[in-house]
Parts: sequence; structure tokens; C-alpha cells
Amino acid sequence: MRPLRYAGLLAVQLRASLLTSLQYRADFLLDGAMSLYWMAWNLVPLLVLFGVRPTVAGWDLPAALLVMAWFTVLKGVLDGAINPSLIEVTERIRTGAFDYVLLKPADPQFLVSTMRFQPWKVIDVLGGFGIAIAGFALRGRAPSIGDLALAALLLVAGASVLYSMWICVVAAAFKVIKLDNLVYLFGSLFDAARWPIQVFRGVWRFVFTFILPLALMTTYPAMAALGMLDATTALAALGGAVAAGAVARWAFRSAIRHYTSASS
Amino acid sequence: MTVGRTVRALPTILRVGVAETVAYRAEFLVWMLTTTLPLIMLGLWTSVAREAPFDGYGTREFTAYFLAALVVRNLTGSWVVWQLSEEIRTGALGKRLLVPVHPFVVLGATHLAAVPLRAAVALPFTLLLLLGSAGELVVRTPLGLAILAASLTGAWLLTFAVMVLIGALALFIDKAMAVMDVYLGVYALLSGYLVPLDLLPPWVEAASRALPFRYMLGFPVEVICSGADTRALLGDLAVQWAFVGLAGLAALAVWRAGLRRHQAFGG
Repeated sequence: MRPLRYAGLLAVQLRASLLTSLQYRADFLLDGAMSLYWMAWNLVPLLVLFGVRPTVAGWDLPAALLVMAWFTVLKGVLDGAINPSLIEVTERIRTGAFDYVLLKPADPQFLVSTMRFQPWKVIDVLGGFGIAIAGFALRGRAPSIGDLALAALLLVAGASVLYSMWICVVAAAFKVIKLDNLVYLFGSLFDAARWPIQVFRGVWRFVFTFILPLALMTTYPAMAALGMLDATTALAALGGAVAAGAVARWAFRSAIRHYTSASS
Repeated sequence: MTVGRTVRALPTILRVGVAETVAYRAEFLVWMLTTTLPLIMLGLWTSVAREAPFDGYGTREFTAYFLAALVVRNLTGSWVVWQLSEEIRTGALGKRLLVPVHPFVVLGATHLAAVPLRAAVALPFTLLLLLGSAGELVVRTPLGLAILAASLTGAWLLTFAVMVLIGALALFIDKAMAVMDVYLGVYALLSGYLVPLDLLPPWVEAASRALPFRYMLGFPVEVICSGADTRALLGDLAVQWAFVGLAGLAALAVWRAGLRRHQAFGG
């Protein structure tokens, strides 16, 4: 019964965000246009690079397009589902309205995660899949079902690592309160996920694989879709995602336990 | 608002600007750290150049270019669009208009006050890296350094003028931030922020020379990486300052026209 109930709650939250967004229909079209605009601009360095050089660090244009595609999908998820809730939550903690969230008879982490959505970011997600299709078309060979399934699984793992990181940030927001410029900092660091991880060397490669696992988020799913990912790395990545989820849950619950409400 | 009054008020405005920056130093630091694109591009393009030089650019040239771009971006960055947009939306602009000093002067002074702190944070580490890894490419003649100072000042003024112009558009349209987004995309490409301008197709590079974006970033970066031959850049310096004049006049015109139709709303 519990999962069904939470599915119903999710539908309610989604509908509320959708209705709020649909009030500004012009915004919807405008943001959609801006998504497509940014997608086009982000392709320029790729095209400049691969216009002259056939491969970079072992990656050719179709493969690099795949990495860019998964980046666009995850950026859509980040900007559409994760960031809006985070900003909303930190604002409510600051003003004390978060107490009303804690009063509701549902799991606080679930409520925090579904507080707000930006539905028009779905255009980013669709655009990302479009770029992926273009990449495969350029390559001339369609991926096998197994490769695609592994890629999808790793994409979900990447999204869940993103989500776990944000839950840890929300847990920190109970102490630090004003965190909205961290959203921009992370957004600009996340830009590095646009490129295959093999492009980076030395300390950055280590940082982007283990500390800020951008490699897991975009490069590994691309490698999986191309059939280039070995089983050990895939299993390690999935294990890491599960571990990150567990850490995030623990951090959030301990933050809630020590939360002294905003009211006097 | 006389010139004398403005000049007398400037030291105070600058002091307030410095105090504000220091007060919110944690946020200030985080905002500076968000300029990561040059470093990511540095990682990418040096990796490319390690296999073979790309169109005349080796690892040293790319390192110098993107470190210089980081310095210039940090020194000329401006947040006035968001500031103006928010103030116009909430009606706080009325308060700003009451002050007997032109709003452009106050805004400019506040932004100028942040530059020394930005320089203190951005320069030491970056300059060390720059001189260490590509020292012979960096400008070092007295004439070159003078041109560099002039080009950085020009870039700062040009960026500020264009940002104020876009911010002033909020007096006309609701979605000035959408204009900002479009502008950022065009800027990233045509200023040389995303990719060095030499590496773009010839027609794009030619277009970039006729537009102001190059003179906000690409040109100062070229001066920094010019080594010993800076005399050739004097012509570009003149074009940059011509754009500064044009942008300043345009910003003033848009502002004046916008104020005429502006009614305080909000609150």
C-alpha cells in the first residue's frame, strides 16, 4: 500500500507544479526556445573540434555527441526536478515555512524532493534524446538492446547520485541557511560533464571520477551505449550510486532529527 | 546632478561598495568560483593539443589563452543586469532615482569597488600558472603593458555599458533575462570565451571583428598573449574605445527612453 500512496502523492505534487507553470504559457514556449538555443550553442565547440580532428582521447564525433546527449538529459533532470525543489526548500527553511512541511503525514525526504518541478525542462530531456539519436545515426550502427538497457540503468544511477548530492546539500542547509549560490557553483562545475572523462588528466580526472562523479553521470552511460564499458566499472558505478543514496538518506534523517524548528 | 557633486560623492560610494563586497565575502568567493568554463575548456583543448597542435595552437598557447580569459572574465564580470532587473521589478528603482547622482555612476562605482578584491582572489594563482607554463607568450614590453591596461579598462567599461543597456530593457519588457540568455550565448561564441576566435571559420572570425563582443574578452586576451609584438594591436585598441563610446551612448539613450515610460510598480 505504501508505494501506491507515495505514487499518488507524487502525482499530486507534479500536478500542482504543472498547473502553476501553465499559468504562464508564454514562459513555457520561451523556455523551450531557450533550451533549444543553448543546445545549439553547446554543440559549437564539439563541431569546431571534430571538424579538424577525427578523434580526441579516443573519442570520435558520434561518441562525443552521446556524452553531450546524456549531459543534456541530466541537465534537464537537474534543472527541472532537483534544483527547483532545493531552492524552494532552502527558502522555506529560511522563512520558517518548512515546519508546515514537517507537519504533513508523509516522509520528509519525499516531500522535500517533490516540492517543486519545472515541467518545461522536459524539452531539455527530449532534446538530449534527440542528440543521442543523431549520434547513433552518424555512427551508422544502432546500439544493442543490452547496451541500451545498461546505459539507461547508468543514467538512472547518475541521476540518483545527483539527487543524493542535493539531499546532502539540503541537510547542510539546516545549519548554513543561505545556499542558493551553491546551485550556480554546482551548475558550472557540472559543465565539465559535457566532455568524456578521458579528456581530463591527473588530479581533475580523479576529482571528476570519485569526488564529483561526473564520469558516472555522462561518460559511463555513453560508454555503455557504445558497448565499451567493462563489467567491473559498471558494477562499481552502480554500487557507488547505491552507497551515495544510503549516505544521503542518513544525512537527511540526522539533520531532521536535530532540526530545531523556526518558531519560538 | 552636477559633476562636482558626483565627484564629491564618489569616494563614499566606492567605500560602500568595498564594504558590501567584504561583508558578503563567502558569497563573493562562491560567485567567483562559478567562472569555471575557461578551466574546463583549458582541460579539453590541452588534451587535444597534446596529441598534435591544433591549427597553430599547442598546449602552451591554449594554456595561456584560457588562463588569460579567466583573468579577464573575472576582472570585467558584472552583475548589473540582475541587479537592475530585480530593482525594476520590485519598484526599488524609485529609491535609486531619488539619489542626486546618476544611477549609472552609482552602479558603476559599486562594481568598480569589487574589482580590487576580485583581482586579489583571481590574480595570484592564475598569474603564477600563466607565467610558469607559458611565460614567453605573455606580454612584457612597457608599450604592451600600457596597451594591456587600456584594453582592460576598455573591456570593463564596454561590458558594463552593454550590461546596463540590457538591464535597462527591463523598463520596456518583462523578460529582460531572456534577452540576457540570448546575449550570453552570442557573447560566449563571438568573444572567444568558448573557443579561441582564430579557430573559428573565417567568416565567423571576420564577423567577430566587427562586433563589440570580441573587444570585451578576446582582444584583452590577445594583448596578454601577445608577447613582444604589441604595436599591431593599437588599431584594435582604437576600435575597442570607439565601441565603448557607442555602447555608453546607447545605454544612456535606452535608459532615458525607459525612464520616461517607467511607472514604479511592485511593493
